[in-house]
Amino acid sequence: MNLNLNRDPGEEVRAADPEPETAAATEPSAVEAAPDDALTAPREPEQEPQERGALGRDGELRRHSELHRRSRIIRSDLAHILCALSTLIAMIPLVLILFYVIYQGAGALNLDFITQLPKPVGEPGGGMGNAIVGSLMLMGIAAVIGLPVGVLAGTFLAEFRSPRLSWFVRLLADILSGVPSIIVGVFVYTLLVLTFKQFSALAGGLALGILMLPTVARTTEEMLRMVPDSLREASLALGIPRWRTIISVIIKTAGGGIMTGVMLAIARIAGETAPLLFTALNSRTWPTGIDKPVASLPVQIYQYAISPFDAWHQQAWAGSLVLVLMVLILSVGSKLYFGRKMQRAR
Amino acid sequence: MALLIYELVQQALPAIRAFGAGFLISTNWDPVNNIYGALPFIFGTVVSSLLALLMAVPLSLGIAIYLSQFAPKWLRSPLGFVVELLAAIPSVVYGLWGIFVLAPFLGRTVEPFLSGHLGSIPFFAGPVYGVGLFAASVVLAIMIIPTISAISRESMLNVSRDQKEAAQALGATPWETVKMAVLPLSRPGIIGAVILGLGRALGETMAVTMLIGNSPKISASIFAPAYSIASVIASEFQEVTAGVHMAALIEMALILLVITLMLNLLARLLIQKTGGRALKSRGRS
Amino acid sequence: MAGCITTKHLSASFGDIHAIEDVSVEIMANKVTAIIGPSGCGKSTFLRCLNRMHELVPGARVTGEVSWDGRNIYAPEMDATLVRRGIGMVFQKPNPFPLMSIEDNVSAGLRLAGGRMRKAKVAEIVERSLRLSALWDEVKNKLHKPGGSLSGGQQQRLCIARALAVEPDIILMDEPCSALDPASTQKIEDTMEKLKKDYTIVIVTHNMQQAARVSDMTGFMLSTEMGEPGRMIEFGLTNKIFTMPDRKETENYITGRFG
Repeated sequence: MNLNLNRDPGEEVRAADPEPETAAATEPSAVEAAPDDALTAPREPEQEPQERGALGRDGELRRHSELHRRSRIIRSDLAHILCALSTLIAMIPLVLILFYVIYQGAGALNLDFITQLPKPVGEPGGGMGNAIVGSLMLMGIAAVIGLPVGVLAGTFLAEFRSPRLSWFVRLLADILSGVPSIIVGVFVYTLLVLTFKQFSALAGGLALGILMLPTVARTTEEMLRMVPDSLREASLALGIPRWRTIISVIIKTAGGGIMTGVMLAIARIAGETAPLLFTALNSRTWPTGIDKPVASLPVQIYQYAISPFDAWHQQAWAGSLVLVLMVLILSVGSKLYFGRKMQRAR
Repeated sequence: MALLIYELVQQALPAIRAFGAGFLISTNWDPVNNIYGALPFIFGTVVSSLLALLMAVPLSLGIAIYLSQFAPKWLRSPLGFVVELLAAIPSVVYGLWGIFVLAPFLGRTVEPFLSGHLGSIPFFAGPVYGVGLFAASVVLAIMIIPTISAISRESMLNVSRDQKEAAQALGATPWETVKMAVLPLSRPGIIGAVILGLGRALGETMAVTMLIGNSPKISASIFAPAYSIASVIASEFQEVTAGVHMAALIEMALILLVITLMLNLLARLLIQKTGGRALKSRGRS
Repeated sequence: MAGCITTKHLSASFGDIHAIEDVSVEIMANKVTAIIGPSGCGKSTFLRCLNRMHELVPGARVTGEVSWDGRNIYAPEMDATLVRRGIGMVFQKPNPFPLMSIEDNVSAGLRLAGGRMRKAKVAEIVERSLRLSALWDEVKNKLHKPGGSLSGGQQQRLCIARALAVEPDIILMDEPCSALDPASTQKIEDTMEKLKKDYTIVIVTHNMQQAARVSDMTGFMLSTEMGEPGRMIEFGLTNKIFTMPDRKETENYITGRFG
C-alpha cells in the first residue's frame, strides 16, 4: 500500500515528460513479439535486443527513469531533511525549558531557599526547605514500599518461567505503568485517607510506591535475564536450592543493574505531583511524622505557580530548578551507568 | 489492580446511583446545587489529547525514522538520549513553563495569527486567551513525543536488515526503503506507540490543569478554556464537601481509568506483535 | 554485449575487518560465474561490492575499481540506486516483503523505478518474471496472497522474480540455496540455467557440486589465516578449476582436504 504513494509523484514526472507517451505506444507490439513461452523455450540471440527494448532494458524505460530518478532522489533527501528537522524541533522545548528554569530559578535560588520554611505572602525571603525534606521523605517511603515488591515481582517474572502466568503478570505491570498517576492518588485517598481520616506522608509514599512498581519490576526482570544460565546451573549443580541460588548468586550479580532501575524509578516519581495533592497534601512546617501531612517540592511548585503573587512565582522557578536538577541527576546518572552495564554485558 | 477498580467503584456508587447514564452526557457541573455531569470534562480530555496527538505524531515519526534509519551511527544514541530527557522533566515544571512562557507566547503570536487567518472556521474563532485548550495540547504534545518516538523507533529497529536489503537491492532510495520495508513491518508497533502516547495524554494531570483554563464548558474554539477529567479531580478533590461531589469525581476517575486501561491493553498487544514476529534476525551472514 | 563486470585491485573492509584484498577478475556476460571458497573467505563481501551493497554496512570501505560494461560503478557520478537496479541481487535468506502480495512483491522494483505503467503491462511483467523463476504455476491463483505465506523455496523464487522484474543486466546470488531443501535447490538451479541466456549471473556458493553443476566460470577465494583478507586464488573455466587447477590450494579445497 505504500507503493501506491509512489504513483502520484510518478504522474507528476510523467506530466513533465513527453517520453512515456511514445514508450507506451511502442510497448504493446513489442510485447507481442515475445510470447510468454518464448522465454522458456530456447531462443535465438538475435531476439534479445528487441525483447529488452520492449521491457525497457536499455531503451525507453531507462531513459524515462532518468528524470524520475532525480525526483526520487530529491524526495528521499527531502524526507531525510524533514526527519532531521523534527528531531531538531523536538529539542527546542527541551532547551527552552531548561533555559528558563535555570534563568528564572537561579535568581531566586540561595541558601535560604534550601534551608528556610516558606514565609507568608508579603514577607521577603523564605524557602522550600520543608518541601525538599518532605520530597526526600516521600521518596524514601516510596522506595521502602515499592522496592521489595517490585524486585520480587521482577524476580518472579525472570526466574519462574510459567509462560502464561508471567505473560499475564508482565502485561499487568505494563498496564499498571499506564494508569494515570492521579488515579493512583484517588485510590490511595479512598484506601488510607478516608479510612484514617488523615492526610499523611505515608499515604503519599504509598501512592508513589505503587507508581514505581512497574519500572522496578521490569528492570529487575531484564537485569536478571542478563545473568547467564551457566551461572544459574553452576549454582544449582552444587546442590544449592533454587531460592538460595536466586538470592545469593543471581541477585548479587545483577544487583548493580537493579539499583540503576530503582534510581530510574525514583527519578520518575520525584516529579510526580498529582497523586500527592490529596494524599500527602501540603504543609507549611517541617515534617513531623509519617502520619502527618507533608510538603513536597512538586506540590509546592504547583501551588506557587497558580498563585497570583510574583514573589511566589520566583520561588516556583527556584523550586523547579532544584527539582529538575534532582530528577536529571538521578535519571541521567542511572542511565549512563545502565548504558555502560548493558554494553559490558554484550 | 482489582482492588483499585473495586475501591473506585465502591466510592463512586453514590454518584452512579444518583445520575446513572445521564452522568456521561450531561453538561451541567454545578457543585453548589449538587448537580454533576461529566461531558465537558470528557470533551476537554479527549479533544486536548487528540490535538496533542495531531501535533506529536508526525514529529515523533520523523524523529523515530531519523534516529533509526537516517542519522549517522555516532549521533543516534546521544540524540535519542536528549529526546528522552524530555520525558524526565516533571510535569509540574512543564506546567510552570507553560503558564509563564508558552501560553503568553501562544496568546501573543500563534493564536492571533491562526484566528486572524482562519477565523472563519469555528475552531479558530473567538477571543484568544493564551491559556486554554490549545496551550494545553501543545504542552501535552511535547510531553508525549518521547513516548511515541522511543517506542516507534524500537519497532523500526526491529525490522530485519534482510528486509531493508531487499528494497535496497531493487535500487530503492533511502526513503523508499523506509516506505517499502520499514514502515509496513513496524506499523503495529507504531500504532501501539501512538495509543500509548494517547493514554499518557489522557491521564496527564498537572500540566493540563495549569494550562487548560479550568472551565467546564464545551466551546467550538480550540483557544477557549476547557477542563479535563484529571484536572477537575486535581483541583476540586481537596475542597470537596458533599459526598455526592466526591462520588462524582471518583466516578470520573473510574471513567478515565477504564479508558486508559483499554487503550494500554490494546497498545501492549500491538507492540508485542511487532516485537514477537520472527523478523528479528539482525545479524550479518 | 551488456552485462560484464571487471574488477581491478578490489579491496573491501568494514570497520577493522579487512575482508577482501586485491581482487581482479573479469566476469563475462551471459555466463554463470560461481565464487567458491571456505566460509569467511570474503565471497559474500566480494559479491556485495559488485552492486554497491557493501557500502550499506556501517563502517564499510571499498578501494579499487569495479567496471560494469566499462563504467566504473564507484565513480562519483554513478548513482548507487541505479547500479543496484541494473545489477540485481538475491540473498541467502529469502526476504520477500512479507505483508505485500505476491504480485506487489514482484512489481515492487518496477513501481519504484516509476514511470506510470498500465496495469496490464505490470501484470504481464509479473507473469513473465514469475514464469522465469518457475513459480508461476504454483502461485498464479493466489497472486494477491501475502509474500510471507509461501514456503521457503517459493519465497526464494519469488525473490528471484522480484529481481528479474526490473530487468537487470546482471544478477548476483549470495548462496541462494543454502537455506533450501534439495527439491527447491533443483528448481532454482534449473531457473539459473534458463536465465543465463539473457543475464549474467554471479553466484556465491559453499556447495562445490552446485558450482560445478551450474557455472561456466569459477573463482576460488581463500583467506589464508583467520583475520587475513580473502584473495582470489584462482579464476577460470569451471571445467579447468575442477579438473586440473593451477594452484595447490584450489586442488586441496576441491578435493576436500580442508574447508
